[in-house]
Parts: sequence; C-alpha cells; structure tokens
Amino acid sequence: MNPDLFIWLAYLLSAVLFIVGLTRLSSPETARTGNAIAALGMLLAIVATLMDRAIIDFTWIVVGLLAGSAAGLVMARTVKMTSMPQMVAVFNGFGGAASGLVAASQYLARGSTAAPLHMDLGISIMVGTLIGGVTFSGSLVAFGKLQGLVTERAATYPLQKTFNFLLAAAAITASVYLILSPLDARGYLALAVLALILGVLVVIPIGGADMPVVVALLNSYSGLAASAAGFVLSNNALIISGALVGASGLILTNIMCRAMNRSLANVLFGAFGGGTPAVAAGAAGGERVANPIDAEDCAMILGYARSVVFVPGYGLAVAQAQHRLRELADLLKARGVEVKYAIHPVAGRMPGHMNVLLAEANVPYPELYEIEDINPELPNTDVAVVVGANDVVNPAARDDPDSPIAGMPIVEVDRARHCVILKRSLSPGFAGIDNELFYLPNTRMFFGSAEKSLADLVHEVKAL
Amino acid sequence: MTGTLLVGIYVFVLAMFVGFEVITKVPPTLHTPLMSGANAISGISIVGALVVAGSGHSQLLTVLGVIAVVMATINVVGGFLVTDRMLRMFRRDREGEEGS
Repeated sequence: MNPDLFIWLAYLLSAVLFIVGLTRLSSPETARTGNAIAALGMLLAIVATLMDRAIIDFTWIVVGLLAGSAAGLVMARTVKMTSMPQMVAVFNGFGGAASGLVAASQYLARGSTAAPLHMDLGISIMVGTLIGGVTFSGSLVAFGKLQGLVTERAATYPLQKTFNFLLAAAAITASVYLILSPLDARGYLALAVLALILGVLVVIPIGGADMPVVVALLNSYSGLAASAAGFVLSNNALIISGALVGASGLILTNIMCRAMNRSLANVLFGAFGGGTPAVAAGAAGGERVANPIDAEDCAMILGYARSVVFVPGYGLAVAQAQHRLRELADLLKARGVEVKYAIHPVAGRMPGHMNVLLAEANVPYPELYEIEDINPELPNTDVAVVVGANDVVNPAARDDPDSPIAGMPIVEVDRARHCVILKRSLSPGFAGIDNELFYLPNTRMFFGSAEKSLADLVHEVKAL
Repeated sequence: MTGTLLVGIYVFVLAMFVGFEVITKVPPTLHTPLMSGANAISGISIVGALVVAGSGHSQLLTVLGVIAVVMATINVVGGFLVTDRMLRMFRRDREGEEGS
C-alpha cells in the first residue's frame, strides 16, 4: 500500500478516536477509558507521522520526544490539584506555541523568495502565527496570575482598549502586507512579536475572579491554533482535532460567563474586580448585627439535622480543608444525616475545579449537585453550611437589580431552614460586595479559618 | 480559493458541530478533566512539529521544529496523564479508600 495513503488513513482513525474518547467523557464511569482512547489516537497519529518520507533525520525528534515526555510526566505526576488551573494554562500555552511554530516554519521554509505567498497558505500561516502567539503569551500571563507571580488584580491603564485595538489592527495589517510581499523574515518576526505582546495585553487587565473564563477561552484558542496549523499543512486531522478543542473551550467559556451572568465582552474588557465597581457598603448602616455561633452549638445543629447541604467555595480549597470537610460529612452520615454538596460553576479557579478537589478528598461524585438541582431542595433542607464561599451565595444577586452581581445564579442557602457560614470575618468577597445573607435571622456566622473551624466541628460532633 | 482550502473549511465547520454536540453532553463535574483532556488533543500539532524537526531544511528550522516538538510533547503527555490522574479520583462510592 502507498505509505502516504496509510498515513492519511491513520490520521482519520486518530480523529475518530478523539471523538469517541470525548464522547465517553459524558459520564465519570466511562471517562477514564475515553481519555485512554484519545491518547491512543494521539499515539497513532505520532507513529504514522514518523513514517512520513519527508523526515530524514530522527536524532532530534527522539531527543525532543524524550525531553517533552519526561517533563510532561513529571508535571502531571507532581502538580497539586489546587494548581490544576495553572497547569492547564501552561499546557495551553505550549500547545499554542507549538502550533504557532509549525506555522512559522512553513513561512521560513520558503526562504526569502520575493514571489507573493499563495493566498490560501499565506492566510493560514498568518492566522496560525497570530493565534499561536496570543495563546502562548496570554497563557503564560494567566499562569503568572494564577500562581501569584503577576498581580491578580485587573491591571488597567488609560486608553487600554484603544491601544489593544490599534495593536490588533497593526498585526492584521502586517499579515496582509506579508501575504502580498513576503520579502524578508524580519517583517514576519515583527508580526510574531506583535502577537506575543497582544496576548500579554489582553490577559493582563483581567481580574483574578475572572480567571476561569480566561483559562477556558485560552483552551479554545489553543484548539483554534492547532486548526490553523492544520490549514497550513493541509492536514485534516489537525483541523478536526483543533476544531473539537476549540468547540470545547467555547462551550466552557460560555458556561462560565453564564454562571457569572456576564458577557464575554464584559469579562475581557470590563476589568471587573479591579476596584472599579464603587460599592455602596451597607445601605442599612450600622444597625445590622450578625449572629455568631460557636463550634458546640453548630455541631448540635448539624448533628441533629435530617439534611445538610455543604456549599464549598475556593476559600475551602485554599485552606486545603476539603479532607476535613469530608471527615465531618462522614461523621454526619454515620449519624443518619443526609449530606449533599452544592457546587457553583465558579466555585473553583477553573470549570469543574471544585469537583476535582472534592473527588481528591474522596467525596463520591453522586453527592455533588449543580445549582439548578440543589436549589429546589434547599427550602426542605435543615442546614446549609457555606465554607469559603461568598458571592455565589449572595441573595443580592437574585433580589437586588442594582447589585453589581445582579442576575448571577446563586446557591439559595438563605431559603434553607438554617444557614451556617464558616468565614474569617464579615469582609466582602472577590467582587467586593457586601453580603446581606450574613445578617438574616436564620443565619449564624461561625468565625475562624476553614481548617480550624471544621476540625473543631469534627471534634464536637464526635462528642455528641 | 483552492479546493484544498475549501475542503479544509468544510471539515473545520463540521468538526466544530461534532465538538459542540459531544462536549455539551459532558457533565459539569467533569469539566476540569475535559479541559485538560481536550488540551492534550490540541497537542496534535506535534504531527507538524515532527516533520519540521526531521526534514533537515535548515538549522533554524530544525531548532524551531525541535522546540515545537518538546512543547507539543509536554502538552500531549502531560495532558493525558494528568487527566487520567484526575479521572481516577472520581468514585461513585467510598469502597476504594487508597486516595492520593
């Protein structure tokens, strides 16, 4: 058989395996084999490529594959589950960079012939370079923000939007120019640098609370970059795989935006969390008093409840207190209490992050509920316990049309018979908005760090 | 516009639709593994990187190719492995208590 034909058939099979693998992600039962099937598809694509007759020297390929595999293996093994968003950001960046480099190499391979680039190839190369560059530098900034290396706050400066727009316009102009007269590589280099700067400037102004959206969006970009590389190489396997990832990232971006009731444009250009929303703190003045509760009383309420819903927020993960929470849940279950977890889509730092953190703490996934499933049950729930979450349980989002978070879906813990909030202080959350939930008559505030408070509760429930 | 480009666009659009159909069915609890897994799939550009690194056009291209191979491999290997590590933790009940 013609080896080229074999390679193309192998690519087709790879694409099919990717789709089958993703389909199996529809349930936690089948997800693991799904991932393995997708990995098999990738292995097949790599092996098929190595049979390409254009490859004449394998030395550097082997070196690259070994180095990359070793680094990937170590990163995947050692990363903490709390750091998963950073990890995905880095991988996104590398994927984008690889695609961008593939596009770049096709430009450079032409040498400095003065003839115009063929229009199709030219467009593909420039698009690939732009998306790849933006994905790479944008992901690195996202990594820096998530890791705390770059300020988490939204960094803003005057005329930011205008400047970014001009930069994007310049990049596009340069692309068109390069397609028409691809004289020397310096022009192309300028384009690549422009793309990298653009990536940095687009992500820099986005605040820490919006990182889930950005990571999802960059995920989508890394896919589109792969598709663009596919167009450059006229390789349908790359186009298909990239499109799948692009679609996946777009869906997740959309879900995250809806979970915050904000448009993508607002996330990207709104500089939320940068201290912009001037919040009228405490309209009712100083007359509101929060009711504190101590560990003993709280344990009493929990221990004798019929049903308890935990609402974990990122504060829980930061405190690494998921394991304590699960310990408390186990004790309650042993006492016959029905325990559930309400997971808000933005509870973690990336889509589904909290679910992974709880899975790591051995919480069975059937106990995790999405907001639309748990909210109807909350009026019949004895106690809702909020741990390290704030804005996602703020009733103002539902009741106050003037609130900065108005319309954001919330976990309606205020509708439960009792509500206990584990928190360090009455301070507002990420969005800087006061929470009236703290002052409701059926709310009790349990002050202290999540880890300490949960440990005390475990102790007290045992003593019941 | 050539036939190849046109076919490419057809494939791209149809694959987007397949992607939307398939991904919409992934439950929110698996969204993080979905992201890291999809991410690994986007490392498919390794296919292009391998050819660049091995075809010996010029020194510059080989260097760029090898860098691309390393990055894409990290993306692919790390992505699939970390996804597997996460998916292993998802349990229906508490029988396997080994946990990591």
